[in-house]
Amino acid sequence: MKKCHIPYTKKAFTHPDLYIVPGLCAALCLSLAPARTALAQENTAPNRGVTINVYNWGEYIANGTDDSLDVNEEFTRRTGIQVNYTTFDSNETLYSKLAGGGADYDVIIPSDYMVSKLIDENMLAELDFSNIPNFQYIDERFRDPEYDPGSRYSVPYTWGVVGLFYNTDYIEEEITSWTALWDDRYAGKILMFDNPRDSFAIAQFLLGQSLNTTEESDWAEAAALLKQQKPLVQAYVMDRIFDKMESSEAWIAPYYSGDAAILVDNSDSIRFVVPEEGTNYFVDAMCIPITSSHKAEAEEYINFLCDPEIAGANMNYVGYSTPESAAKAYMDEEMVESSLYYPDDETLARTQVFVNLPEDTSKLVDRLWAEAKMGGPGESAVLIAIILGFLGVYIAILVSKKQKRRRELA
Amino acid sequence: MKRTGARIYVFLIFLFLYAPIFVLIVFSFNDSETASRTVWGGFSLRWYRKLFEDRLILEALRNTLFIAVVSAAASTVLGTMAAIGINSMRRLPRRIMMNITNFPMVNPEIVTGVSLMLLFVSTVRLFGGRSLGMASLIAAHITFCLPYVILSVLPKLRQMDPNLYEAAQDLGCPPLKAFFKVVLPEIMPGIVTGMIMAFTLSIDDFVISYFTSGTTQTLPIYIYSMTRKRISPEINALSTVLFTVIMVLLIIINVRSFKDRDSRQKTRDL
Repeated sequence: MKKCHIPYTKKAFTHPDLYIVPGLCAALCLSLAPARTALAQENTAPNRGVTINVYNWGEYIANGTDDSLDVNEEFTRRTGIQVNYTTFDSNETLYSKLAGGGADYDVIIPSDYMVSKLIDENMLAELDFSNIPNFQYIDERFRDPEYDPGSRYSVPYTWGVVGLFYNTDYIEEEITSWTALWDDRYAGKILMFDNPRDSFAIAQFLLGQSLNTTEESDWAEAAALLKQQKPLVQAYVMDRIFDKMESSEAWIAPYYSGDAAILVDNSDSIRFVVPEEGTNYFVDAMCIPITSSHKAEAEEYINFLCDPEIAGANMNYVGYSTPESAAKAYMDEEMVESSLYYPDDETLARTQVFVNLPEDTSKLVDRLWAEAKMGGPGESAVLIAIILGFLGVYIAILVSKKQKRRRELA
Repeated sequence: MKRTGARIYVFLIFLFLYAPIFVLIVFSFNDSETASRTVWGGFSLRWYRKLFEDRLILEALRNTLFIAVVSAAASTVLGTMAAIGINSMRRLPRRIMMNITNFPMVNPEIVTGVSLMLLFVSTVRLFGGRSLGMASLIAAHITFCLPYVILSVLPKLRQMDPNLYEAAQDLGCPPLKAFFKVVLPEIMPGIVTGMIMAFTLSIDDFVISYFTSGTTQTLPIYIYSMTRKRISPEINALSTVLFTVIMVLLIIINVRSFKDRDSRQKTRDL
């Protein structure tokens, strides 16, 4: 009887599942490894044993796909500095990572208002421009910006404007104003930004306010306008506008020129316009956190990205506008000449840039935004009911788990 | 009549479960310049080609798989040892241990994530490190995988006849050998389940990884960071590849264990 167990034992010990899973994964890991060293043959600088951590927006650098230049690999090849490149989805994510500690970044690329917030909170290192000679290529109009007076902490990477995309199959008139987003003929076919500052900016342009006002009544007025718009809005979305606009589920939507340019390129009926009231113009800029341990190498990286040839190749892939006129020589002509990427001076004269709002103003904005989106301030009784409901479910789960466990242990 | 009703019900359940995956697979072959997820533009393999050229995605995938393999293996070993220990405890200490074990599962992920981050940050500072990374990610993943392994091994231990182990020792087996020859094979199905579960949970995890990743990027974090622009169909392609691999894996496992059972049946018949 005992002997019977031996063959079974052996079999079970060489249980197939146990080896297949990690084995396959190991094979996959190994097969992915050689992808890194494809280009590294000639003119390769010796490895300096330094790795810099770069933190950028997702999908925001040429990475070698579709015959683009692999920017990070090229940098490593030329300088011998390794790049650990990681990505974030929003300025707020970047901020929480930096503020939380535990992440040691050398180059970060936040947007304008976040740059000014980081400067205010003393989280950025002053750049040593003798290490960034390519700063000379940055156009005059991008130097000394409102968010970083004197250009001491940041070097612009890309810029763009917010504009209106609309489908001419359904909207026959020519749109020139933000008021189209309040037009009840397009009710249910209008999309809006799903973040407070971009949405408020549209209302603020209609009201003729400054985007960076700290006047409480201004924000309240803008919020009232957004509340009034709410019944007409199909959805508050970010990246879903691509699907919705393309499939004609929505007819009109505001978005960032660089991201949504692809919509215009691929459809004859979708058009882009910068409304006459003016618009928000945004810059994403390269900075070095004060905690960086490889500041000189980080500056080398920034300098490299400012090289007109690299910047041109990079922007070709990313699809945003470059702040360097010199880089345009290396870009697709179609892109350089498009008014979508490079609006004329007259349009740009009507733009405003975000800067960081004081603490209580930004709290006010968040509250007003929540109210506008939800359609009225939340009743605290409802809130308490919801919390109690959750608590009830939680306790029920705990109790049932306990009973289950008791049954299990019994 | 009753049977058709049941069939339709089952069909609907399967449709509900698999329709999203089916749509995802279909759109991984979509030939569309705008990377659309709703408009069909013809068949193409472009996203697959792009996927295998994309160093960042592949690096994120490699990190994810590496973390999953290491943390699944470590939590399986630790969890099995813990389960054996807990199993031989007396009633009260066992209850206390099980409550402590279950705590990370009941605890909201975000709380676990933030508290682990705070712990890791202060530990790293204490030892003069600069940044969280692979090590902290693996430690965090082992932490949240452990209870699942313990919970899947423990029932197997309870099902096992405790006399088997003693009988083996009676017949002259040293304790360690008796464990490997008698106990381990008995509880192996539980261990395998636990390990597969740990592996999947680790690949899947976003919230805890998000807080403890430092400067290392895993696949879920990378995908999430794409949302400003649009989630590229490369991700559809990648998911299709992973889905196919897992499917093939499951088929192999099932076929093997089926054959296993077959041959065991035969030996017993003999």
